[in-house]
Amino acid sequence: MWQLIGRRALAAIPNVIGIVVVTFVLTRALPGDPAAFYAGPAATQEAVEQIRTKLGLDQPLWRQFIDYLGDLARGDLGLSLSTGQQVLDEILRRLPASLELTLLALLVACVIALPLGILAATRPGSWVDHACRLITTLGVSLPIFFTGLLLAYVFYYLLGVAPPPVGRLDSMFSPPPQWTGFYLIDSLIAGDLALFRAAAAQMVLPVATLAIFVLAPIARMTRAAMLGVLSSDFVRTARASGLSSGTVLYKYAFRNAMLPVVTTMGMVFSFMLGSNVVIEKVFAWPGIGSFAVDALMQSDYAPVQGFVLVMALLFVAINLMIDILYTVIDPRVTIDA
Amino acid sequence: MNALDPSVAMVVPEADASGPPVPLLAVESLAVEFRTRSGVVHALEDVSFSVNKGETIGVVGESGSGKSVLFYAVLGILDAAGRISRGRAVFGGLDLTQATAAELEAIRGREAAMIFQNPRVALNPIRKVGHQIEDVLARHTSTPSAQLKKRALEALTAVRIPDPERRYHAYPFELSGGLCQRIMIAIALACTPSLLVADEPTTGLDVTTQAAVMDLIGELARRRNMATVLITHDLGLAAEYCDRIVVMHAGHVVETASTTELFAHPRHPYTAKLIATTPHGTNDLRSLAAIPGNLPDLRRSDLPPCRFSERCDRVEPVCQTSPLARQAFSAGHTVACCRPI
Amino acid sequence: MSNTATLPGTPGPASVSSSAATLRHVRYVLGENPVTAGAFALFAAFVLVALFGPWIAPYDPLATNAASALRGPSAAHWFGTDQLGRDILSRVIVATGLDFGMAVAAVFISFALGSALGACAGYYGGWIDRTVSRFADTIMAFPLFVLAMAIVAALGNSVANIIYATAIINLPFYIRVARGEINVRRNAGFVEAARLSGNSEARILALHLFPNILPPIMVQISLNMGWAILNAAGLSFIGLGVRPPQPEWGIMVAEGASYMISGEWWVSFFPGVVLMLAVFCFNLLGDGLRDMIDPRRRT
Repeated sequence: MWQLIGRRALAAIPNVIGIVVVTFVLTRALPGDPAAFYAGPAATQEAVEQIRTKLGLDQPLWRQFIDYLGDLARGDLGLSLSTGQQVLDEILRRLPASLELTLLALLVACVIALPLGILAATRPGSWVDHACRLITTLGVSLPIFFTGLLLAYVFYYLLGVAPPPVGRLDSMFSPPPQWTGFYLIDSLIAGDLALFRAAAAQMVLPVATLAIFVLAPIARMTRAAMLGVLSSDFVRTARASGLSSGTVLYKYAFRNAMLPVVTTMGMVFSFMLGSNVVIEKVFAWPGIGSFAVDALMQSDYAPVQGFVLVMALLFVAINLMIDILYTVIDPRVTIDA
Repeated sequence: MNALDPSVAMVVPEADASGPPVPLLAVESLAVEFRTRSGVVHALEDVSFSVNKGETIGVVGESGSGKSVLFYAVLGILDAAGRISRGRAVFGGLDLTQATAAELEAIRGREAAMIFQNPRVALNPIRKVGHQIEDVLARHTSTPSAQLKKRALEALTAVRIPDPERRYHAYPFELSGGLCQRIMIAIALACTPSLLVADEPTTGLDVTTQAAVMDLIGELARRRNMATVLITHDLGLAAEYCDRIVVMHAGHVVETASTTELFAHPRHPYTAKLIATTPHGTNDLRSLAAIPGNLPDLRRSDLPPCRFSERCDRVEPVCQTSPLARQAFSAGHTVACCRPI
Repeated sequence: MSNTATLPGTPGPASVSSSAATLRHVRYVLGENPVTAGAFALFAAFVLVALFGPWIAPYDPLATNAASALRGPSAAHWFGTDQLGRDILSRVIVATGLDFGMAVAAVFISFALGSALGACAGYYGGWIDRTVSRFADTIMAFPLFVLAMAIVAALGNSVANIIYATAIINLPFYIRVARGEINVRRNAGFVEAARLSGNSEARILALHLFPNILPPIMVQISLNMGWAILNAAGLSFIGLGVRPPQPEWGIMVAEGASYMISGEWWVSFFPGVVLMLAVFCFNLLGDGLRDMIDPRRRT
């Protein structure tokens, strides 16, 4: 088992190399002259050249790449011009906000999508099935920034049941002492129920927006996989053995149907991490996505590059975890690995 | 509902030495339909036969003749699109066509079990085979959970699986087709049912394994006095292992007789053709006769009363018009044909 | 039954004898599936609006009018006016051309490049296959929208770069479909026959094998169009590519965002709904096409 996990981790290394190379190339392909940019508009030609030497931009490309690798190894992603802070620190500080949103949305989406897909597959042609088809097609068609605004309009402006979309906490509250960085958990650790409620209220709309979007591919895949498994030979055997319909559905059909669903989770996460950027902008969420977008608007590129790198590495780690999860639930993987 | 139907009464179970037979399973005038996008498929029509305790019968016909669907219907595992539109199937005093889903679940796997073709895909691919046996034991018996493993190992031993302790922890993909079929037999027989339906149990297995699996089924059936239904397209296989044979064509039972009687005096033209197409050791391959034509499209609304008439070389106008009569020739030998041989 | 086109050994459904049957099948599927037929009609309407938008629009999409700013929908302005008093309906109509244009251009680039690369990888194998697959894997190692953001940020903030970025993140899908479809056929009977009759490898690939991948690629294109529009609009929404005052759905939603929570819903609502409708239409079309090409793969 451990050997297998190790082998999966090794297989992820080419991807990491690819990511580092691509981010390096994107750094060098920046519009304009980074040296002139760092020096500022008032700098003399001489000052610009000085900075160019200091940044190593006069070196050959391979030399710059090695310097870049050295910086990465030290965790140096450069300085953010707009905040004057280390990019890595800024990103690490904002990461929990993004993760809390993403993970909670994923949880909500799974809790709705899995039963929906199963119900649709067990009753093909029924209203549940049609509803599932409609929801899945509509869900992937929704521009996520638009859904978010629409929800904010309906639940904040019209109905007044949701708090204003102003980030993780209303200005009346101050954040809980940091343990995990997740306000929902930290507020519980601090035993502050009012704070928990406030943080949860702020999360409802962004989580719902993201969950609606992610729900569609999961429900679609679950339905397709369940349909396939339910008509398979081994489910027929299970039914012929008189196993109760619950056993057949969960122990036999559902566990097998989860295999293709788990494989598509990689794609789902790709969507989610991308959507995060947009959602955070809509709900003024202080995560790494909005940080990157703000930096982008101010032509502050180091945070953008750092953000892309961190997101890609996070995505590789998620894919690795999905691979390992798959290995754990499917005994057949051991053979072909 | 058809207790007084004379055609049914003629299906007299063959007498055997141990006394007057009591049918374990009596299927009467069963009809099954499938609703599909392109119309209603009349998959089974007026199917009647019976199975006695401890007896082995063969259900023979081309693929698509409704053999498997017949037993899916009897055991209540038809697809959602299929439904029993007529008839009864009395098993141990209970009409299965009227039974609730819970009653059927309680019978399946305990009183009547079924095994299938292509055993390697007919077992749950991601569950240890030992646990799959335990699932059935836990469902149908009151075995305490501490005893489940012991009972599962016994079931594995009963189907003569070498090294059961190790196989218990195996997944189906780690086992050969023959071993998987033994596992499936172990699952089916774990609760000592009185009826085993074996649906093409040797399809997808090596030739050498086929005989071993069939011998195992035969031996277990004899030792436990278990009735066995062998569903097969191979008349030769049925001849070797079955006491009686039910011949099916396009959803009809066309002939029922004891194996010796059927081979000695086939009365239905289809049976005669089937026997002619079955290779015997001495026959020259060139003398194998193919049966012309295909099974009729069962969605048609203008199906003739005799569904074989369009392929039959003895066809006469009456075959296409008059209702199909079932005639008895001798005890237990019935034929559904207007112009029997 | 004319299923000759699907038999291995015949080069795809291009033969004349089966075109009538194909047409019949298309008509059957459309008749069976009114939703797909509706999507086709909607698609045709969108194309007309995209082509003739500037002539259909009732007002100049750029003309500001401070006197009638932020007015709700009315008889004069069906979709209302924005913060500068521009007619939203006209802006939505004129934006159709830009949004469709970006999506079509991006999808065309990824189709042409991706299917060519994938076909070569599937046919020649070896180092070509390894290089192309590694390239596709590297793209897929990024969250795709984030990669698109990074590409636009690096190449410069312009509409053309939005198109390139969208094309690049869609490349792997075409590469994989083309590679798989070519790979299973490269030793098929009809390919051997073409080889024996003296066709060059490149000619076999281009004329005998390539047509086979078009049906699955068509489905991919249709499903991809919706996602390409969403992607381009999303990039504009966060402020990349299209610049105001040019009308584009994503940027219009962004411009109206702050008014949404103060009650002037129509500024964002109409461009958002039209965008959603366009994506929905493409997704339905893709599902319908898939049914048409392979009813068994229907999910």
